[in-house]
Amino acid sequence: MAPKTLNLPLSPQAAAAVRAGEAYNLNGVLYTARDAAHKRLVELLDKNQELPFDVRGQVIYYVGPCPAPPGRVIGSAGPTTSGRMDVYTPRLLAAGIWGLVGKGDRSPEVVAALKKHGAVYFAAVGGAGALIARHITAAQVVAFPELGPEAIYRLEVRDLPVVAAIDSLGNNYYVRGREIYGWKNHQGKRG
Amino acid sequence: MKTITAKRIEDAVYQLCVDAASVLPRDVRQSLERARTGEQSPIGRQMLDCILENADIAADEHQPICQDTGLVVVFVRLGQKVFLEGNLDEAVNAGVARAYRDAYLRKSMVAHPLNRENTGDNTPAVVHVRLMEGSSIHITVCPKGFGSENMGGVAMLKPAQGQAGVIDYVLSVVDKAGANPCPPIIVGVGLGGTMEYAALLAKEALLRPVGRPGANKWDRELEKELLEKINGLGIGPQGLGGTQTALAVHVNSYPTHIAGLPVAVNLNCHAARHAETELEGE
Repeated sequence: MAPKTLNLPLSPQAAAAVRAGEAYNLNGVLYTARDAAHKRLVELLDKNQELPFDVRGQVIYYVGPCPAPPGRVIGSAGPTTSGRMDVYTPRLLAAGIWGLVGKGDRSPEVVAALKKHGAVYFAAVGGAGALIARHITAAQVVAFPELGPEAIYRLEVRDLPVVAAIDSLGNNYYVRGREIYGWKNHQGKRG
Repeated sequence: MKTITAKRIEDAVYQLCVDAASVLPRDVRQSLERARTGEQSPIGRQMLDCILENADIAADEHQPICQDTGLVVVFVRLGQKVFLEGNLDEAVNAGVARAYRDAYLRKSMVAHPLNRENTGDNTPAVVHVRLMEGSSIHITVCPKGFGSENMGGVAMLKPAQGQAGVIDYVLSVVDKAGANPCPPIIVGVGLGGTMEYAALLAKEALLRPVGRPGANKWDRELEKELLEKINGLGIGPQGLGGTQTALAVHVNSYPTHIAGLPVAVNLNCHAARHAETELEGE
């Protein structure tokens, strides 16, 4: 089935309609953040200080891109493992982040926070950095330039291919997919 | 004695880093095509289509296959009749630094695991040296991404646990890793030796051409059984469910102590990058 198009930032209605296991093309603005940037954002929240961009309604993409070669917007830019951000994510969802893009399963705390805030988590294709870079039409550092690949970039994307992995009802395709194809579940044995 | 200069090693490492980042080895590419044919999940097939298209784009445009251009692991086999003029570690690191700057690869190394300050040039590399016969030097560069590196493990099993214990442990590592190491993965297993040697065997197992059987019947039986069981876990491409979780399982073994059964698991993502060359002494 052809992927559905989703415009970013996400409207509450659009986020609520996203279903785990379906393919989407993302269009619009994403903000990048990975380990070091998350640590700093949460430190700012702890001190009740202003964040470097208005996070309300925005979508975060977990990526540390390669440097842009001459004539290009960005270098390779595939997703990094989302699980390392799990300790920070509920705080950012509470602050108004509405969507997340990365790779790999999330903690039960993150799934609960997604449900609570009506937010969604998308999986981009890990290790497809050159393909994904083609869908990024603009990139600009907006915070923490000293972090190099870990700086926060504002990206504009066109038809970025993703699969909804966890939706706002808490449906988790990392669990569901294994239920369908894993023999341990339907043959009742393992090892 | 034949001489090999540090400059030749630096230049070789430079080129290997540049090539490895953007060109997927042919055997890896072929194993991904086989996985695409065998995959039962529609989402899994879609993931593999993206992965294959990405490999083409990266090679055509000289772009990194993955933005995690890795910690550079270098395996050096040094001929015993070679006189190395200059410093091997410095030559390797000079090649890495130049490649990561010139080819716009990501600099992912931090100076101390706790201070987390980026070294700025992706050095130092991790260099393993073994001696061999002859008057040449063989260099393999393996840029290792940490999505997969983070998900490995080592266990010191009891001899009584035997083959069943080894299978259980490897399955538990892959099961827990789930989507994180970017499946379909290559599973490197090191069996025997000591704790650190088992880990090195597991890493070296990742360099074997994808799917080439192990050196003895014990290793080969283990590879066959593990591959079937791992693909039965249902993790699938990118962890979203499917029948193609591992492209291959490679077991490397070594004699060990009467009291021990060390087993190490090192996982490689589908972007199993490596490049090698041999320099003749002059």
